Amino acid sequence: MGRVGIIGVGQSKFVRGYPGSIRELAFEGFKEAIEDAKIATKDIDASIIASAPEYDKQRSPAGVIAEYLGLIPQPTFYIESVCSSSSSALKVAYSMVKAGLHDVVAIVGFQKMSEISSSESQERMGRGADIQWESPFGTMMPAYYAMYAQAHMAKYGTTLEDLARIRVKAATYGQINEKAVYRKEVTMEMFTDPESNMSAPVAKPLRVGDCCANADGSSCVIVACEEKAKAMCEKPVWILGIGAASEAVNMAGRALLTGLAVSIEAGKQAYTMAGLGPKDIDVAEVHDCFTIAEMMAYENLGFAKPGEGKDLIASKETYKEGSIPVNIDGGLLSKGHPIGATGGSQIRTIVIQLRGDAGEMQVKDPEIGLVHNIGGVGLYGNVTILGR
Amino acid sequence: MAKKEVDDRFKKFGTVSFTAISKTNDFIDYLEEGRVMGTRCKDCGARFFPPRSDCSTCLQSNMEWFEVSGAGRLMSFSELKYGPVGFEDDLPYTIALVDYGDFKVFGRIAKEIPYEDLKVGMELKSVSNTLPNSQLNYVFKRP
Repeated sequence: MGRVGIIGVGQSKFVRGYPGSIRELAFEGFKEAIEDAKIATKDIDASIIASAPEYDKQRSPAGVIAEYLGLIPQPTFYIESVCSSSSSALKVAYSMVKAGLHDVVAIVGFQKMSEISSSESQERMGRGADIQWESPFGTMMPAYYAMYAQAHMAKYGTTLEDLARIRVKAATYGQINEKAVYRKEVTMEMFTDPESNMSAPVAKPLRVGDCCANADGSSCVIVACEEKAKAMCEKPVWILGIGAASEAVNMAGRALLTGLAVSIEAGKQAYTMAGLGPKDIDVAEVHDCFTIAEMMAYENLGFAKPGEGKDLIASKETYKEGSIPVNIDGGLLSKGHPIGATGGSQIRTIVIQLRGDAGEMQVKDPEIGLVHNIGGVGLYGNVTILGR
Repeated sequence: MAKKEVDDRFKKFGTVSFTAISKTNDFIDYLEEGRVMGTRCKDCGARFFPPRSDCSTCLQSNMEWFEVSGAGRLMSFSELKYGPVGFEDDLPYTIALVDYGDFKVFGRIAKEIPYEDLKVGMELKSVSNTLPNSQLNYVFKRP
């Protein structure tokens, strides 16, 4: 059985308050991927639509979106794993192509978060956790990640300053990414300036500046079997390793609070499958829904030893010129985090990096890239290793 | 025709409950009595908190209740400055995870303990609590 290649990628601009419907939003990422792949819609055998459904009034959006994109009568499937929905969809698409069921599959991720208020959105996000035993206490995503931050600080001496450095890096690249929702500079001084919004506590110890930006957006990744990928595409990017893991939904079921067990497990699977290790990775996209999440990803993926993530960011090793560049598109923190579209957008960034087409964001000559995408508070974890 | 009785006791759990019906509904009665309870599998002996009705280890459903007694150690905590819809009146409040050894308990820190006094590793006990809106939950207090 041959390899599976990525032949086209696309994403909409990530924005606040997208002026259109979910199908129109999905169209934007899809159109860009079709044009990037230089193929026709009829070349696609099947589609997988990925989102977190509670943000939209539309029930079962897959059929609605497939029709709008011209992907009928081909089969379409709906995959959901909260914030990692489109990475989970990539694993399903990979399996379908590997099994020989379909040759060319499009993964369309989308989320229109702006149809509901920020507090409603937080409440829905909180219900991605244990609604019977935890949500009645008033939980929210920032507070869960804040508990990881608190535990990381207590065990390793990580500081708020260390976390702020991650936000400053994200903003460095968000400013040069025309698809990003947050394109302003963030400085270390803002985190200690009581006048700055960045320093305002959300869920202690995390501040506004530690949290990603909600956004509306769509993404699309088109995969093909080796034969078709070579025939259709000049520079296919190959899926070398693909790992996925799950964890106890309730914090009470978790042994580790200074890292995400799903990152470690999915990473192990992906590295083993690819026959590669952390030192082989030239460029990475990690799930920085909060600054602490990027810090833990450094350690859980083996870029740094446990507790030494702070040294990696302090020495700027995860900047574009460093030894392991991470989130050189602004990450979720600045590019934005439209749940169902996020994984596909991360994959797009790495594909463009490996092709050498990332322009001002281009890392020097990368051969192997890694995508780390988390659903919920480490409820689902996906790690994908790509190579040119 | 007589209306069928619905056992929806679980809707009393927490400031806002998202679950009304569960086979663990007795948990609410125990809270009313002032006790925080977990379940133990009679077949394999595994202890569960939060309580489960079914054992995923031996696939049996023979559970008995045990009381979460004594003190555990604070693993982590966070004070919320913003809350979800329905929780605004509780703000600010602190959620926490307490480790009892073979199980852990997720809940809220009692209002009487200031955030500044909390330290990872400190001892806390789980105590049933009635909220201002007459709902029930449990909070962590100093032993």
